[in-house]
Amino acid sequence: MSGSNTDFILAVEGLTVSFDGFKAVNDLSFYVDQNEIRVIIGPNGAGKTTVLDLICGRTRATDGSIRFRNRELTRLKEHQIVKAGVGRKFQNPSIYTDLTVFENLEISYPSGRGVFGSLAFKRDAEVIARIEEVAGRIFLSEHLNTQADLLSHGQKQWLEIGMLLIQKPELLMLDEPVAGMSVTERQQTALLLREIAKEHTMIVIEHDMQFVAEIADKVTVLHQGKILAEGSPEKVKADPKVIEVYLGH
Amino acid sequence: MPFSSFKDYMPRQDLLAFVVLALLLVVILPLTLDVMRLNQTGKFLSFAFVAVGLVLCWGYGGILSLGQGVFYGLGGYALAMYLKLEASTPENTRIQTTPGIPDFMDWNRITELPWFWEPFYSLTFSILAVVVVPMIVAYLIGLAMFKRRVGGVYFAIITQSIAAILTILIIGQQGLTGGVNGITDLRTLKGWNIHTDSASYALYFVCVALLFACLLIAQYIRRSKTGRILVAMRGQEDRVRFSGYDIANFKIFVFCIGAAFAGIGGAMFTLQEGFMSPSFVGVVPSIEMVIFCAVGGRLSLIGAVYGVLLVSVAKTVFGENFPELWLFAMGLIFIGVVLGLPNGIAGLYATYVGPHVDRLLDRIFGKQTPSEQTQPHLESNSQGATP
Amino acid sequence: MFSDFSAAELSAIFAMQGFAGLILFAVFVLMALGLAIIFGQMGVINMAHGEFMILGAYVTYMTSNLFASHFPQLFGSYFLFAIVFAFFAAALLGALVEWSMIRFLYHRPLDTLLATWGLSLIMQQTYRSIFGAREVGVVIPDWLMGSYQLTDMIEVPINGLFVMVLAVLATLFVAALMYRSRWGKQVRAVVQNRPMAGAVGINTARVDRLTFALGCGIAGVAGSAFTMIGSTGPSSGQLYIVDTFLVVVFGGAGSLLGTVASAFSISQSQSILEFFMGGSMAKVLTLLVVVIILMFRPQGLFSLKVRR
Repeated sequence: MSGSNTDFILAVEGLTVSFDGFKAVNDLSFYVDQNEIRVIIGPNGAGKTTVLDLICGRTRATDGSIRFRNRELTRLKEHQIVKAGVGRKFQNPSIYTDLTVFENLEISYPSGRGVFGSLAFKRDAEVIARIEEVAGRIFLSEHLNTQADLLSHGQKQWLEIGMLLIQKPELLMLDEPVAGMSVTERQQTALLLREIAKEHTMIVIEHDMQFVAEIADKVTVLHQGKILAEGSPEKVKADPKVIEVYLGH
Repeated sequence: MPFSSFKDYMPRQDLLAFVVLALLLVVILPLTLDVMRLNQTGKFLSFAFVAVGLVLCWGYGGILSLGQGVFYGLGGYALAMYLKLEASTPENTRIQTTPGIPDFMDWNRITELPWFWEPFYSLTFSILAVVVVPMIVAYLIGLAMFKRRVGGVYFAIITQSIAAILTILIIGQQGLTGGVNGITDLRTLKGWNIHTDSASYALYFVCVALLFACLLIAQYIRRSKTGRILVAMRGQEDRVRFSGYDIANFKIFVFCIGAAFAGIGGAMFTLQEGFMSPSFVGVVPSIEMVIFCAVGGRLSLIGAVYGVLLVSVAKTVFGENFPELWLFAMGLIFIGVVLGLPNGIAGLYATYVGPHVDRLLDRIFGKQTPSEQTQPHLESNSQGATP
Repeated sequence: MFSDFSAAELSAIFAMQGFAGLILFAVFVLMALGLAIIFGQMGVINMAHGEFMILGAYVTYMTSNLFASHFPQLFGSYFLFAIVFAFFAAALLGALVEWSMIRFLYHRPLDTLLATWGLSLIMQQTYRSIFGAREVGVVIPDWLMGSYQLTDMIEVPINGLFVMVLAVLATLFVAALMYRSRWGKQVRAVVQNRPMAGAVGINTARVDRLTFALGCGIAGVAGSAFTMIGSTGPSSGQLYIVDTFLVVVFGGAGSLLGTVASAFSISQSQSILEFFMGGSMAKVLTLLVVVIILMFRPQGLFSLKVRR
């Protein structure tokens, strides 16, 4: 099944995935605009992370379509989806603990991605400049030669965001980017995401409602694999159904 | 060249290790050992090719293959087939029912050379086959498995099964392969007797030269971006995938390189020993090769060479003097290394000796800039073992 | 290849080879059961599993000697005692090995492979030092000798039947233990989430030790059964380790039913092919097919699609 062409950067239509009969995501449709920050919220097990997995190809959809700039993603492999311009940050900071911050960013630099390309890849001035620029944006300029394992939890989250930035994706998907961060780190991250949103489109999964209100253009509430509500943060916060299943009384 | 300077390709600690090994193999051993022992060392070194390949596959890529004997054997057999054909001229074999074919074929009442033996009349073909055949087999195995994301334990078990299958096949098809005795009585290479003392010396140096060629290639891979991707992949496969890499291709590549190295090693063994047999193909030798690598240090190319030498020498000394005890000793060494020294001898060196050497070098050549220092991942140890 | 035989001969061949395959099946099941527990449940690659089996075989051999010299009047029943001894000897050694070595390696599955390989070398040399390098055989009691004549072309050996009964009983025992008992529930809990199992009060260290010991104990019983159909040497165990791992992986690690099904299909095809193309080619073909199937279906025959 494939949908019609749209102006949206991402159009998800009729998306369904079932694990041995259990429908983790059920006939889901939503649309994301250029340079929008979309936040997905919902109780545990609502299917938030699964939606991201489906978009980036980690899980294969049972049915439905995901179109990114009108290009169907459901049949592409993970690395092809990345090359199409979709970046993904995982729930637990997933960085290369054995490598330095510099090397972490270098691996994410979008060049020399084939076997032979990587053999010939040279760390030239352009690469170094770009890595230093990104490191500055994610507050890690001082730590370029630190082994990534030694960073604090918050710094690891930033590093992973930086690893996405350096790929220059059009769409960034962040799974709980501020989990485990201190209040100051959260504020810094909110600013960082606002800054990033000037050039990129973003889908963020988050639980912290205050943070959500700070960054979101539009919020989608998932419940049992379906959309419960969608709209501006204020509208969603006031929705009685959302209060019932998620925000609590 | 992807490196901005020679130092970038070969940091000074690595350079020191390469130079010391070269001194040992090129100068010290040939001067101190008699020709028989030197020949024996050369045979041990043929296993170092496998161990160096395993450092790349296992230490760096996290791919544990228990089937390296397959590639060692393929390389060894490719050359042995050529040498056997050279030894089986119609004049040499005129007492056979069918002169001109290898003796074991005649014993098994085969009257015509099988088709797959024909190309091995050509030395060029045979030398190419030493490298290319193992690579093709590795490529096919890698393609089938890594594209389906089979890894870790499952990969180990399947490669082990392939080693078992090939051994049974070679032993079962006596008439075509020489069976359990292997391909024996190899005497000359283009008329040059490989059993003379001068040949032993020459072959030893050829073996050392090829080993260094492989080590330098491996060092290139290790120090290039490919090496860093392998390390990254070992810990966080998904992250690498979502940085836009096709993981399977990198695994296939490094597995093929390991196979090619092993093939060269097998061929060097054939030349120096004068025969090749299924006892170097199966499960037991394949695991031993992994142990060599583990003892030397799974993350150290040079360490792997020392691991091979040390275990082989220990095996020979124990085997000659206390045949009862050597299996005990081997067993204890393996368990001890795995439990106590996950990074092998190289790990010991990096912890206890390396820093002192570094300070000494600092005093002689001046301080290093941070980017020149040995990479931090050398000392850490993590594995991607999810299937 | 079938055209040389008449239909009656063919069916007799299939029946006889099928039965020979059933004996192989029984040995595979007994070996694989222990491994399915250790590898499938705990993720430990025990390369010394064959040596644990051989321990059971040697214990059986010693028991038969003991009965022959001290209790000749009870000789007919020595085998029943031997099974029990073999189980406990292998299980005790297994617990010791788990305590001294395996428990340090749970987070490094590939390293268990190397360490247990070292262990297997030590065990082999120990057998060689104690029992000599030559293979030893046990005297099979009278009631296990001979065979039933089913038709004039088909006869089935009684010792084979006995081994099969033993395999069925062992399978039922393990299945009951794993899926019906409280302990089995604990094992599965530990396997699925070690920290959580510990947090709800399961003594994970004890569960690990018992599980490993049980797997080894069953290997010991396999060794006992093994003496009924073949002789025992210090390195006989090594011959079976590759097949056994393939059986477990082919069946889908963690699935008992899968293990039995895969042992059945592998042993049957091997045994039937053997008649037509000789032992080694039959084995090559069977293993090759299994490996190729595994390349296309790496999760084995029985497994679920799970949410990652």
